[in-house]
Amino acid sequence: MLKIWSMKKNEDAAAKKKPKTSAAQIRVQKDLTELDLPSTMQTTFADPADLLNFELKITPDEGMYKGGAFSFSFNIGPNYPHEPPKVKCIPKIYHPNVDLEGNVCLNILREDWKPVLNLNSVMVGLQYLFLEPNADDPLNKEAAEELRRNRDQFLYNVKNSMRGGNIKNEHYDRVTNQ
Amino acid sequence: MNGNSTSSDWDGRYFHVDQILDKPGPRTDPSFLAGDGVKDFLRNQCKILVIGAGGLGCEILANLALSGFKDIHVIDMDTIDISNLNRQFLFRQKDVGKPKATVAAEFIMNRVPGVQVTPYYGKIQDKDEDYYMQFNLVVCGLDSVEARRWINATLVNMVDPENPESLKPLIDGGTEGFKGQARVILPTVSSCYECSLDMLNKPTAFPICTIANTPRLPEHCIEWASVLEWPRVFGDKKLDTDDPEHIGWLFNHALKRAKEFKIEGVTWSLTQGVVKNIIPAIASTNAIIAASCCNEAFKIATSSAAYLNNYFMLIGTDGVYSYTFEHEQRKDCPVCGGESLDISIKKDWTVERLIEMLVEKQDIQIKKPSLSTPTKQIYLQAPPQLEQATRPNLEKKVSELVEDGGDITVTAASLPFNLSLRIKYI
Ligand SMILES: [Zn+2]
Repeated sequence: MLKIWSMKKNEDAAAKKKPKTSAAQIRVQKDLTELDLPSTMQTTFADPADLLNFELKITPDEGMYKGGAFSFSFNIGPNYPHEPPKVKCIPKIYHPNVDLEGNVCLNILREDWKPVLNLNSVMVGLQYLFLEPNADDPLNKEAAEELRRNRDQFLYNVKNSMRGGNIKNEHYDRVTNQ
Repeated sequence: MNGNSTSSDWDGRYFHVDQILDKPGPRTDPSFLAGDGVKDFLRNQCKILVIGAGGLGCEILANLALSGFKDIHVIDMDTIDISNLNRQFLFRQKDVGKPKATVAAEFIMNRVPGVQVTPYYGKIQDKDEDYYMQFNLVVCGLDSVEARRWINATLVNMVDPENPESLKPLIDGGTEGFKGQARVILPTVSSCYECSLDMLNKPTAFPICTIANTPRLPEHCIEWASVLEWPRVFGDKKLDTDDPEHIGWLFNHALKRAKEFKIEGVTWSLTQGVVKNIIPAIASTNAIIAASCCNEAFKIATSSAAYLNNYFMLIGTDGVYSYTFEHEQRKDCPVCGGESLDISIKKDWTVERLIEMLVEKQDIQIKKPSLSTPTKQIYLQAPPQLEQATRPNLEKKVSELVEDGGDITVTAASLPFNLSLRIKYI
């Protein structure tokens, strides 16, 4: 194989090293400024100068979680988009795919993440969880079990939890607006 | 079975190629390892990626396999259409509807013993740097500017000053009717695809007044149907150029208009060609361009002869004319340029004025740019909170936010990558 490296001028290396906006930063700027969100999703930046940490509020207008407001924290690391953003559900909610620590079971946040995906795809994926909670990959096993076994009871539990009630000795945060 | 299947290397298999590889010539690179060294590299170690398994890709795959590359990967996102069969010779009638990459790989492996071709049916954008890092060379036979820009930028960005292995030569072939070009891109070392973007022929667009009032060509009638009639009748409904019903509607309306103006030549396939901007593909042009791409791949992989530096142009429209020249790297190339694009503005220009200038600038073509410096946002188009937070900056002077010689990073949906501006005040 031809030795190309030796043709590289040393000045190139120096030129590349000049402090530049990081690739992750640029990509996040691109992702955020091209977000195309429905009115049920809203981003909030605690510090508008920090694009790498923000919150997303989802207010489903249909489905079992209608009437609630669910906030997620987004944390974007320096390897983005090679690595997915870190996303957590802030309130403690009763949902088969969200655990009590706020971890979210969404394939594109882990195993199916690809650099070609973006923040918009993640947000749309999160909203989908509230429209179609999925009993097959549970993070809250109790909730998943209930969803599978008795849909009416599950729906009752969801409504109860959203008002800040207890389910099986577990207290859930109030997420309803009123 | 991969590569080192010496059992399939029958006597004399490489008789011709070996005459080149067995002894150095007067112009071979000093690093050339004549004999077993170079043969072992070519046949047992070298891993090459072919992007595109269409008109050029079929030729490239066959040429590489027959010149001794044994570990070939191929990516293509398309399936085989009946109209491909006239020139994409790895495909048969029975393959229509199947992925090009898979069928091409199987054909080559059946035809050329000992060659491993690994297909990927999907987009190049599905793969990340780790994937591209495994190859020694990349050969592109694409008809999409967007895909070429993407792979070019990916390979340029992959170059790590600390790691010589991260520099992957890119050999790019392209054809348009009787014209074509083959080029060798050494990312960050020589001119990249983005550097020469302005050399591309722009897709033909007719003035709107001509298509509305004075059509003379069948293309004018088709453009009238797609640009003016479709939105008038269907409002915001998007035209899907892959939908035969949509094409049929355009064809019928274009035909009616052509009759009205006594213009001949509106056909279904021309309609499809105009709205999808299809360029005629000629088998023999593909063969010439693919052959030169593969010769360059062979020369670079083996160092057995001087390689193309760096742009070969073929013009067969009027006799046969070819021209080879060194395309210069653009210092302000947004992808490989070590420096940013220099912009000189007056000291009292506001951010708003700068944005207007960017939008108007012909050679960058940005819509809705968002601007930032390495430490702060200047103006972001979205989301609403950030737009509001940065809106007051529109009134401010750029010079209040960016020092002389400072950098601004620009992103926009219409830009596949960011653009770095270096601001000078005059
Ligand atoms: Zn360039």
